[in-house]
Amino acid sequence: MSEPERLRPIPAITRDTQFWWDGIQERQLLIQRCSACGNLRHPPGPMCPSCHSLDWETLASSGRGEIYSFVSFHHPPIPPFDVPNLIVLVELDEGTRVVSNLPGVPSDQVRVGMPVQARFDELEPGRLFLQFEPA
Amino acid sequence: MSRRKSRLKNAAAIAGIGATEFSKDSGRSELQLALEAISSALEDAGLQHSDVDGMVNFSMDNNPANEVNRYLGGDHLTFFSRIHYGGGAACGVVHQAAMAIHAGVADVVVVYRAMNERSQQRFGTGVQDRPPVPTTENTNYGWHSPYGLLTPASWVAMQARRYMHEYGATSEDFGRVAVADRKHAATNPKAWFYQRPITLEDHQNSRWIVDPLRLLDCCQESDGAVAIVVTSTERARDLRQPPVLINAAAQCMTNDQMMMTGYYSDHVATLPEMGIVAEQLYATAELTPDDVQAAIIYDHFTPFVLIQLEEFGFCKRGEAKDFIRGGNIEMGGGLPVNPHGGQLGEAYIHGANGISEGVRQLRGTAVNQVEGAEHVIVTAGTGVPTSGLLLGIDEG
Repeated sequence: MSEPERLRPIPAITRDTQFWWDGIQERQLLIQRCSACGNLRHPPGPMCPSCHSLDWETLASSGRGEIYSFVSFHHPPIPPFDVPNLIVLVELDEGTRVVSNLPGVPSDQVRVGMPVQARFDELEPGRLFLQFEPA
Repeated sequence: MSRRKSRLKNAAAIAGIGATEFSKDSGRSELQLALEAISSALEDAGLQHSDVDGMVNFSMDNNPANEVNRYLGGDHLTFFSRIHYGGGAACGVVHQAAMAIHAGVADVVVVYRAMNERSQQRFGTGVQDRPPVPTTENTNYGWHSPYGLLTPASWVAMQARRYMHEYGATSEDFGRVAVADRKHAATNPKAWFYQRPITLEDHQNSRWIVDPLRLLDCCQESDGAVAIVVTSTERARDLRQPPVLINAAAQCMTNDQMMMTGYYSDHVATLPEMGIVAEQLYATAELTPDDVQAAIIYDHFTPFVLIQLEEFGFCKRGEAKDFIRGGNIEMGGGLPVNPHGGQLGEAYIHGANGISEGVRQLRGTAVNQVEGAEHVIVTAGTGVPTSGLLLGIDEG
């Protein structure tokens, strides 16, 4: 008997956030938009902090953005993640930010402001993940 | 609104402090640690267990007030409260105690933090891979955990990198904080790193935990407990120790506040909630940064020490890297920071041991005593909803 392979952590999902995760499985990076004032927000939530409307819709992001910050995770090694693991905070062209990975790029070649493009990788069978690549 | 001046100035005082030893394996339960520290703090104050009628602790503490009160034999606990947000609660518990005393709902309030954080419940090992219950807090972890951003060091590192980018701070600048803490711990017999100072070279040679954070940027993990007794300034004057006045106490969370992952606002490289804590402390105490002789700055990770020095007005935005050069935050410098060695050097008791050090500085009993200390700043956890204290000697 071999050890079961560890999977990436499964996120907790609520009624407020289900659409975002569903979008990833459909290869779409969605951004929540207030139906009343048009304010974009991420992470998504039930109320617009600007106008307090509970009505919202979604906008499909272009997936283009730039590195706002990044870290290279070394310790402790936590399966299934390889170390070092490059984790990035991307500011999308639309203005919201999202955390993801930039696989295959050495950390010394990453810079704040570097342009990146979203992609959707099937890192586990039947499960797509948001990832980024240099644009 | 942020410059709120409260009515708490000097209403309450810290009358007693107590602690267990700080270790990596206490060999006893967290509940016992809590009770030992509380007994020690009451003894220090010259009070009895039966005098305690209020208790405040961290919501992350595993010892609820009723369990502690059972063993204290208490039969009239009229005020109890818990503060959330990890180490952000450190000064908030004293703030709650001062408010309760000022409002007359309790006379002797004990605050405590007891944990076997190293031997029993380590915070730095990463969140789990099982599907979590979709509480609001768990949902927020989900924006980061699928990508491997799983530990406190990694959460802070993301903000640290942005701070480096915006203000030009370097890993060496972070290292100077660690060097100061370890220098102070080296002459504190109660510190885990007693007689073990480090150099900047040691820091630069220490391995990456989460680049840009090295091992020596990260606080240790500790077992231990700290308890503090708060009462009215009037009553404290009749007790065993000279009172240490709570000149001011404050809490704050600000817009788009998250738990250590504040990546989505316009303030990734700053700590505006701590800035608003600072403004409240100065306004309430009617003091300025120039009136402060020492600071206990929450140091779970070194980069946030720099940002806090800026938020408290000890230097301008982005200039902490210059402020800390030349030993300015070491004993004998312009603003000694963490003379006990901080959480990097003494122990990680979620900031509670820093409050004790503030008290010792103002009693004049610290092992690394800042001469002429009359007012000391104490801060709580950063990157989370937080709190602070401005403590002072009794001039009344």
